[in-house]
Amino acid sequence: MDFLNAIVLFCNFVLVPATTYGAQLALGALGITVIYRILRFANFAHSELMSWGAMLTLFMTWYLQSVGIHAGPLPTALLALPVGILGAIAMALTTERTVYRFYRKQRASSITFAIVSVGVMFVMAGLTRFMIGPGEQVMADGQRFLIKAVEFKRMTGLDEGLAIKTTQVITIAAAIAMAGFLFWFLYRTRSGKAMRAFSDNEDLALLSGINPDRIVAIAWILAAILATLSGTLYGLDKSYKPFVFMQLLLPIFASAIVGGIGQPVGAILGGFVIAYSEVLLTYAYRKFVTYLAPGDWKPEGLLQLLSTDYKFAISFIILVIVLLIRPTGIIRGKLL
Amino acid sequence: MSFLDATGMSGGYGTGPDIIHDCDLTVEAGEIAVVVGPNGAGKSTAMKGIFGMIHLREGKILFNDRDITALPPSDRVLEGMAFVPQNNNVFPSMSVEENLEMGAFIRTDNISSTITQVFELFPILKDKRKQMAGELSGGQRQQVAIGRALMTEPRLLMLDEPTAGVAPIVMQDLFKRIQDITASGVAVLMVEQNARQALAIADRGFVLVQGKNRFTDQGKGLLANPEVQRSFLGG
Amino acid sequence: MKQKDLLYFAIFLIFLIGVGWLQSWNVAFGILNMCLISAIMALGVNIQWGYAGLFNAGIMGFTALGGLSAVLVSAKPVSEAWAAGGLGIIGSLVILGMTVSAILYVRMKIAPPLRTWSIIVVILPGYWLFQGFYSSAVEQIETINPALTGYLGGLGLPIITAWLIGGLVAAGGAWLIGRISLGLRADYLAIATLGISEIIIAIIKYEEWLTRGVKNVTGLPRPVPYEVNLIETQWLVNLAESLSANPVAMASLLVKFCYLMLFLGMLAILMWLSERALKSPWGRMMRAIRDNREAASAMGKDVTGRHLQTFVLGCAVCGIAGAMLVTLDGQLVPGSYTPLRYTFLIWVMVILGGSGNNWGSVLGGCIIWFVWIQAEPLGYALVEAVTFPFEEGYWLKGHLIENAAQTRLILMGGILLVVMRFAPKGLIPER
Repeated sequence: MDFLNAIVLFCNFVLVPATTYGAQLALGALGITVIYRILRFANFAHSELMSWGAMLTLFMTWYLQSVGIHAGPLPTALLALPVGILGAIAMALTTERTVYRFYRKQRASSITFAIVSVGVMFVMAGLTRFMIGPGEQVMADGQRFLIKAVEFKRMTGLDEGLAIKTTQVITIAAAIAMAGFLFWFLYRTRSGKAMRAFSDNEDLALLSGINPDRIVAIAWILAAILATLSGTLYGLDKSYKPFVFMQLLLPIFASAIVGGIGQPVGAILGGFVIAYSEVLLTYAYRKFVTYLAPGDWKPEGLLQLLSTDYKFAISFIILVIVLLIRPTGIIRGKLL
Repeated sequence: MSFLDATGMSGGYGTGPDIIHDCDLTVEAGEIAVVVGPNGAGKSTAMKGIFGMIHLREGKILFNDRDITALPPSDRVLEGMAFVPQNNNVFPSMSVEENLEMGAFIRTDNISSTITQVFELFPILKDKRKQMAGELSGGQRQQVAIGRALMTEPRLLMLDEPTAGVAPIVMQDLFKRIQDITASGVAVLMVEQNARQALAIADRGFVLVQGKNRFTDQGKGLLANPEVQRSFLGG
Repeated sequence: MKQKDLLYFAIFLIFLIGVGWLQSWNVAFGILNMCLISAIMALGVNIQWGYAGLFNAGIMGFTALGGLSAVLVSAKPVSEAWAAGGLGIIGSLVILGMTVSAILYVRMKIAPPLRTWSIIVVILPGYWLFQGFYSSAVEQIETINPALTGYLGGLGLPIITAWLIGGLVAAGGAWLIGRISLGLRADYLAIATLGISEIIIAIIKYEEWLTRGVKNVTGLPRPVPYEVNLIETQWLVNLAESLSANPVAMASLLVKFCYLMLFLGMLAILMWLSERALKSPWGRMMRAIRDNREAASAMGKDVTGRHLQTFVLGCAVCGIAGAMLVTLDGQLVPGSYTPLRYTFLIWVMVILGGSGNNWGSVLGGCIIWFVWIQAEPLGYALVEAVTFPFEEGYWLKGHLIENAAQTRLILMGGILLVVMRFAPKGLIPER
């Protein structure tokens, strides 16, 4: 019985939240990866694109709620998502057309691109905060829990409850669906293969008659879809706060690099590595160990490796360790 | 009027100095033409000039009785030219089959028969069609590169040093395949370092020195030419 | 400097005088002081980016290290806290140091198959011992008068000395970080430094025994007189009378003027050093490495070593600026350090001023800080004007005016993008 309690406790506080967070990071890192593969630069504005897409989704959600449209037990934001995605695509293509294309034609260095993306980041952050304000907004509605802790306890008779939020299930399902779509697109469609060809060998792709402007546009569209989805899922799971996205940039970059920069599979893997490390290292194991330990023995202290305050720092510590041990990432990617 | 008639080409990279000067190259339908010469003679540059990859200051290129001097490379592909660069000529993280598909990117019709033809020409590629091109040996990678170029069903195939860096036995094999390609009616223009072996299979040979035509003759003729032998074929 | 460059500075001064006239001289001096600190930060970044082409996205962290030093140097020591947990903290730090050196020793001496396991064998007891000393010590320190102290305090030295020490601490941090990340390509370095700066901020924010964390250390001693004391002096009263000014405003202005003199002095010293460095053989070599890394390394230049030097120097300058900032504020507010304000805004300064030109960085620092401050009222005015057609009380109007301050982010991004596109060399180009 104690053993089962320990497992449930672990699932409730580590496995489920970490998997959800990992899915959000993976989607964000995929967006960074797509842009890195095609335009070959680290896009500092990606997290603000997430924020932008999530904000538009939120606006549409409010509109739908005001006219009384709901998605039943699911959050209304899911219905609003297409609007957010379209808005993010419009934003991404606008930056491509007005900002990045110029440097692309000049074949500017990746560092120039990165600095320019900082400018884009400023503009997007300003626009978002101007439109929605810096405050915190609740995105989720509908049925909050799929399984409530109390119900779980009653059903199983265990001391520990397992609560699964609707948003957590949606996040994981959406991430799987999106990753599946992305791989289907990249490996099964003509445009997707052309994208891979372009990223593999740009000159040869041009010789083969692949139109670079089209490829770049598709890359931005994919990045915008991924950004809106990850931003919205994060907002649903926690809440929407414009300032948070700047902080998310680091774990997302870390996920993309740790997994192997430029590798889609690596981005997903990296997202989960970062998420699990963050949660595992900041979880207090005291209760967990108490259940497993024989008799009434109780450990002293919280048995927490790192204070939760350092959650965001962990992603970076992992990044440093990977840089030192295996600079190309877990799955060998092109060195950034 | 020849099939490909490039006359008076002068030009270089960007705004740099001219690398080729008043250079002429011609290829007849269905024959193998080989360009040889010492390092830095402008052999590859001349070929890139024909394909429109560098800016030609002067000169005129007639292909199949059409003036293509002003066309961008992708339009020259539509006219029936194909080019295999010397380096980085495959998509390394894509499978052999995908490489061929990408070769046919500008085609809108069914490409399966062309893929079959390429696999007939290079049977080893059929066995390895699911393998990533970057994992293949040098000779096999060259086969992928040539196969990719053939996917547009060109009538002139241009090869930039196809045997660079491959073992001698592989080189012999590649040359045999190139002869097979011409047998199906495709003209081949190639730049080669291995002058002796290349000229042996060439219908026509050009010796370029410092960006200028020095000798032009049948392949056998150049091989037999004592001056060519002394200067370029190592005696 | 050319005449055109002087003209830029003159225009800046005219604007500043305009603020003095139209708003108040106190505001103008306040802005100018921050402009000078910003100029020094920009100078530090320029040493890295302009001289060597290093993209440091962790400026925030190094200014915060400087700020932390200011606290640790100038705050009064809390003797009770030292008595309660000082030994524990020192003990835990010693253990930490020993563990790290043991890890490094193992890494050197033991061959790969066993290496990872040996390192783990070292880490586990090291961590356990460290945690034992550390957590109890921290608990004891933080319970001592938490409303006022709850931390170890500082050395109680004059805060001016912290400017030098802040530079040294930042330099030390930069050396460590540079060793790890400088071999990487430029945009990798940017991400790495961005991460480091977040870690530094996290430590400053959450290690309350060291910095009081988000409770902030306030009331740091000043290097200049206090307004309350000034007002009581006779000569100030006389001065105010002779100028027919309000003595309170006069005192506040005088304090700002004292700071201004200190900051100008520091800027002059750093400027002189930077210019000398840039024009020396060392500076020429740095630029040669920046422009063609392969060629320079083929000529036998130790590229990574040189990069480490510039990285450390630039971070030291940023650390000095950070210490100056805390000196001016009289307090350390860890929560206020955000990358947008302390890293990317500095980048806008350097790019606008002119990468590679020290005068340009100073100009960029001044202009951007001025605009950053003045854009806020401007944003309000603009939004008010745009929303004029809406009637009073309409929700959208109120909402937009409420968030008008955020428009300055758009302005900053716009400046960066326009400069990168149309004048990539900046206002005062490198020469």
